[in-house]
Amino acid sequence: MTKRSRIEERIARILMYISTLFIAGLLVFILISVLWRALPAFSPEMLIKPPQGGFYFGKSGGILNAIVGSIYLSLGATGLSLVISLPLALYINLYLNKNNRTGDVVRFFLDVMWGIPSVVYGVFGFAMMLFIGMKTSLLAGIITVSVFIIPIMVRAMDEVFKTVPKGLTETCLSLGMTRSETAYKIYVRQCFPGIITAILLSFGRAIGDAASVLFTTGYTDHIPTSLNQPAATLPLAIFFQLSSPFAEVRERAYASAGVLIIIILIISIISRLFTGQFRKHTIKF
Amino acid sequence: MIICLILIILIPFAITAGLLFRSSLLLQDNSLLHLLFSSVWKPEQGSFGFLPFIISSLWVSLLALMIAAPVCLLSALHLTQYAGKGILRVMQPVIDILAGIPSVIYGLWGVITVVPFISKYSKVFLGIETPGYSILAGAVVLSIMIIPLILNILLELLRTVPDELKEASFSLGAGKWHTIKNVLIRKIYPGIIASFGLGLSRAFGETMAVLMVVGNVVKVPTGVLQPGYPLPALIANNFGEMISVPRYDSALMMASLILLVIILIFNFGSRLIIRHIEKQFQS
Repeated sequence: MTKRSRIEERIARILMYISTLFIAGLLVFILISVLWRALPAFSPEMLIKPPQGGFYFGKSGGILNAIVGSIYLSLGATGLSLVISLPLALYINLYLNKNNRTGDVVRFFLDVMWGIPSVVYGVFGFAMMLFIGMKTSLLAGIITVSVFIIPIMVRAMDEVFKTVPKGLTETCLSLGMTRSETAYKIYVRQCFPGIITAILLSFGRAIGDAASVLFTTGYTDHIPTSLNQPAATLPLAIFFQLSSPFAEVRERAYASAGVLIIIILIISIISRLFTGQFRKHTIKF
Repeated sequence: MIICLILIILIPFAITAGLLFRSSLLLQDNSLLHLLFSSVWKPEQGSFGFLPFIISSLWVSLLALMIAAPVCLLSALHLTQYAGKGILRVMQPVIDILAGIPSVIYGLWGVITVVPFISKYSKVFLGIETPGYSILAGAVVLSIMIIPLILNILLELLRTVPDELKEASFSLGAGKWHTIKNVLIRKIYPGIIASFGLGLSRAFGETMAVLMVVGNVVKVPTGVLQPGYPLPALIANNFGEMISVPRYDSALMMASLILLVIILIFNFGSRLIIRHIEKQFQS
């Protein structure tokens, strides 16, 4: 090795190290700078009260409507997309595995769908709502968001199902189980932690997305009591509060952002814990 | 199961067809070329030129990619070639959490840190007074948002490269950096470009975060410190008022159609290249 190439390697290594540190530092910086602003503005009252009169001029009230709305919306959307995603992911892995071509095409398709921005889903959802004469409502939001998270959920489950050893499938089939029995009884149990992780991942996406619910779910100060009512969502609450001319309301946006970050972090931690748990029915090889 | 499959396959086509149908109204009295290359945006007078928005989008996304790309490539090489298991164990959750933070939070972060920073230092160093809401602020926020996406794809790609290739290079007397530079990077070169393409298309479609920091002024931007008005921001900002102005809804549908087509092309090409490389190493 010449001296020049050794120096070159040294410089490259330092740059690489800095890049990695930079990325880790960014996360810490973002979390701290948002939480730092959130803490002084936070009050427990925020979590338990919907907006009262004069809330948008800095008077009392909280963001309970947005928190509850977001949770309703994300739970509904995650449930709905689970109903479609689980069979689909199983289908790709059990029925389309004879020749890999079809499965690959479907996977490719889902990857491309993953790339479609959420605002396009929102616009499409809105166009559909106009088409069938629906108003902005929780239900419309749930459907739009579930369409948007299906590709994410299917691909995440698919990655887990791929790891099931071929021998296990063949054993089941040779014992006379049908393919769908193998799918729902064996695959689902074997991959239970992975499925939970996929669900939590999609839940996190659903709760954090604003662009797709902007036109479909609407916004209201009340806690929705039926699927036909509009609902407030946490990201939109942050967005609206931040664009307010009143400083007190903007402060509240920081606090709401803190709440959202905490929710996301909790989801992330739970999904990490789950990976190690619920292995009771898992066959180890 | 088959019903689910068909449903999913149909959705993108339904979206394209629906948007095409809704925007066809606008095409009746304006030619497509005129819409794309006119910079006059006066919905009240019925003139819809998408040029300022397309140019703003391009500025923001390309700039974001220029910031994110080198960081991602260097870090991916570090994590796969040099770093020990411990660093990987720390970095994987970091990347996942970065990917999981909602765009509104990034937007808020941009408003409280990036925007004041730009406002302050552009005055000190460049003597330009700006409120800070600019293309540059949008690009900085976006670049952080696309880092986890690009990094994850690069990590996956680098892991598919078989060890034999590296070993062959080592046995010929090449050093580690030499091997990385001349074997590894050359081998996955198209994949690196493809991952940047995916990052670019993600940046192109990102809505809330950009909307909050980019300033939203309808004008073809000529510098990074000027405000811009990217396509997704246009859609999100005007959707409420569009019913009152004729053809406005059609124009917004058109905007989302343009967005969708551009992103689909980028995504399709990049995914094809990545798939091709992964196949190549598997066999």
